[in-house]
Amino acid sequence: MAAELGLAALWMAAALAVLQLLAGALALRGGERDGAAMAALVRPAAAVQGLLAAVSFAALLWVFAITDLSVKLVAANSHVDKPLVFKVAGAWGNHEGSMLLWVTVMALAGALIAAIERRLPERTMLATLGAQAFVGIGFYAFLLFSSNPFERLPVPAEQGLGLNPLLQDLGLAFHPPTLYFGYVGLSVAFSFAVGALLTRQVTPEFARVMRPWILGAWVFLTLGITAGSYWAYYELGWGGWWFWDPVENASLMPWLAATALLHSASVLASRDALRTWTIMLGVVAFSMSMVGTFLVRSGVLTSVHAFAVDPERGSFILALLAIYIGGALLLFALRAGAISEGKRFSATSREGALVFNNVMLSALLGVVLLGTLYPLLTEAFDVRVSVGPPYFNPVGAVFALPMLAVMAVGPLLRWRRDSLARVSKPVILVAAIALGVLVAVVLLGNVHILPLLGLALAAGLAVASFMPLRGRKLLRTPLSTWGMIVAHFGIAIALFGMASETAFSEERLVAVADGDTTQVGPWQVTLAGVMPVAGPNWTALEAKLAASYRGGAGIELDPQSRSFWSPPQQTTESALATRWNGQLYAVLGAQADDGRWQLRLWWKPFVTFIWYGGLLVALGGALSIFGRLQADLRRRTARRLINERRTERESLA
Amino acid sequence: MTGRLKPKHQRLVLVVVALIALVGAALLASWALRSQASYFYLPEQMAEDPPAPDQAVRLGGMVEEGSLETLADGVTISFTVTGRENSAIPVRFSGIVPDLFVEGSGVVAEGRLGADGVFVADNLLAKHDENYVPRELQDMTEHQAAEMAEDTTVGL
Repeated sequence: MAAELGLAALWMAAALAVLQLLAGALALRGGERDGAAMAALVRPAAAVQGLLAAVSFAALLWVFAITDLSVKLVAANSHVDKPLVFKVAGAWGNHEGSMLLWVTVMALAGALIAAIERRLPERTMLATLGAQAFVGIGFYAFLLFSSNPFERLPVPAEQGLGLNPLLQDLGLAFHPPTLYFGYVGLSVAFSFAVGALLTRQVTPEFARVMRPWILGAWVFLTLGITAGSYWAYYELGWGGWWFWDPVENASLMPWLAATALLHSASVLASRDALRTWTIMLGVVAFSMSMVGTFLVRSGVLTSVHAFAVDPERGSFILALLAIYIGGALLLFALRAGAISEGKRFSATSREGALVFNNVMLSALLGVVLLGTLYPLLTEAFDVRVSVGPPYFNPVGAVFALPMLAVMAVGPLLRWRRDSLARVSKPVILVAAIALGVLVAVVLLGNVHILPLLGLALAAGLAVASFMPLRGRKLLRTPLSTWGMIVAHFGIAIALFGMASETAFSEERLVAVADGDTTQVGPWQVTLAGVMPVAGPNWTALEAKLAASYRGGAGIELDPQSRSFWSPPQQTTESALATRWNGQLYAVLGAQADDGRWQLRLWWKPFVTFIWYGGLLVALGGALSIFGRLQADLRRRTARRLINERRTERESLA
Repeated sequence: MTGRLKPKHQRLVLVVVALIALVGAALLASWALRSQASYFYLPEQMAEDPPAPDQAVRLGGMVEEGSLETLADGVTISFTVTGRENSAIPVRFSGIVPDLFVEGSGVVAEGRLGADGVFVADNLLAKHDENYVPRELQDMTEHQAAEMAEDTTVGL
């Protein structure tokens, strides 16, 4: 019953999206008087559409929670023996469910805009909600015609096929929704951009309305990428944290675009410059999340993260991609000329630094996009190529390193016009720190050029990120400034983690018998034995390792080689010992013919800083949202008080 | 971009600068990609035109039946990768092999070709889904039975 209810709610939500689009379009056409009736429909339609989509998703959660095996999707992706949390997570751990989650979040976002957003001119608001509905309709059609999550089986299954064991991990169960919140937040920014293009009203107020959505999307993308990277690190058992896999790139590209958008929207909001550029980035950022969805969902590219290969779905998303992005770019081409560029600024100014950051981020985006799509392009000419780290690392660094250097200086500069002489003292200090680290690391030993530059920049950037606090009262510094400081500091921390891991990791690969001791970096590791263990839906061989750091107290580590039976699959469960200054990473391999066990051990100094950095970046974004909302609230309260006094005075008079 | 420029001109300068940077990025990327075109090798390609000794490349093919051997240290294996034609590249790998790595299955090895003609792999790409066949290996099914490749392909 729940499945039918969910499907019915989905159809009704789709119908309301159509109504929302039509009413919005008619209202814009009809002008002040005739359009009013239509305009009155748009906001309620958006609100109810959000509710219905939520009902539909709740129905999906329910059929997964009770493991209703007459629903095809449940039978294909769940299993009666699975722990409840993974049963529920199974609802979005597959193609159909994740698309339904996407639509639901998007509809709820639309409902939220409709309910609370009153700052934009009404016509821009109508255009925005219409654009939002237009995007939504495509995804509803995709779900209803090509990926119905509520399809019933003619005969209910008995047990279910199970969820991919690699997804049976708390980190991964919750990381796709996180990314989706990010993607969907960008769809809202896209709708705002299209709305503003339609009504030609690109103002600082518009940027202020759009900014919390970009920030929110950016925070979720940051969290999703951080979580995904940590998952790949401990779950795949390869000891790496970034593989330049197409699926990883699919989340990185919208993040790069959103980062650029965030900064250019800031320029628009505070200085009324970069109008067209901001709109352009709004279109590009959402395009990148669509491209990402296409790459991930169509299976056109080789990926570590195996998803079903389905050309029909691929072409459906490709068609949506063409309609939305092509349409938005066409609209942009037609309207961009009508939007004036706004205020001027000199090259050495906060705006100038932000423009540089924007161009570098766009170049990085282009580099990653080209590298990701290149295998597809060459395949058209029947040449098979795979593009990997030897391409991405150096080419990416060409743009990332100068950007990071300018990022250290940019926040020190004043808006509009500044001179380098004014900020020379802090800049020299930061450069000296970076240079000092560079020399120290060179003296320390044999470190490759990229991690070397990374370490130096990280040190300089870490100090520089706190420079904007100079001469400010700490408690009076606005939250949004704190947000920027924390986010920039987070980038420095993550960069430090990446560079240290690359530069100083030590690896040991051995075959050991029971009782044997081996050394990796400062650690001594002894194999106490290997024994079979069992979990709710798996069995495993588990090694008991006793590890001690520089002869200190022993820590027990239990890496496993796990076998799931439904679906039958083996996974490697690495074991980690975390210290403040790094992680010991242990993987159990196969048993050699002579009875010895293969062990792979890594000592990775400061590797955890990569993810601490990611969390700090997200925290910075969150602080910024909070600060902006607080400021808006204050402004609104002040305006209300002024109005109240005015009416009071008028009534007295 | 001084204060004397008119907004229209400043906008033009910005656009030109951005375009130069982006075109530069595209040129650099495509130059780097062209040198990457030789990143993925089939055994016959590697035999015919070997990569430079220190160049990181990928070798994809089938693990020849009966060629898999574990060396005395217990962690190094050697095997032969064959392609569609009668060429075979010996491979040495130290590490933990992916669970579904067996003789007769497909493999993608990342590493370098040594001066002695042995391919030293840093990484054997692990399989993550039994339904999944890496695109690079799809043609291999002409050489081996298609079904077996479907069942056993080891790939990224």
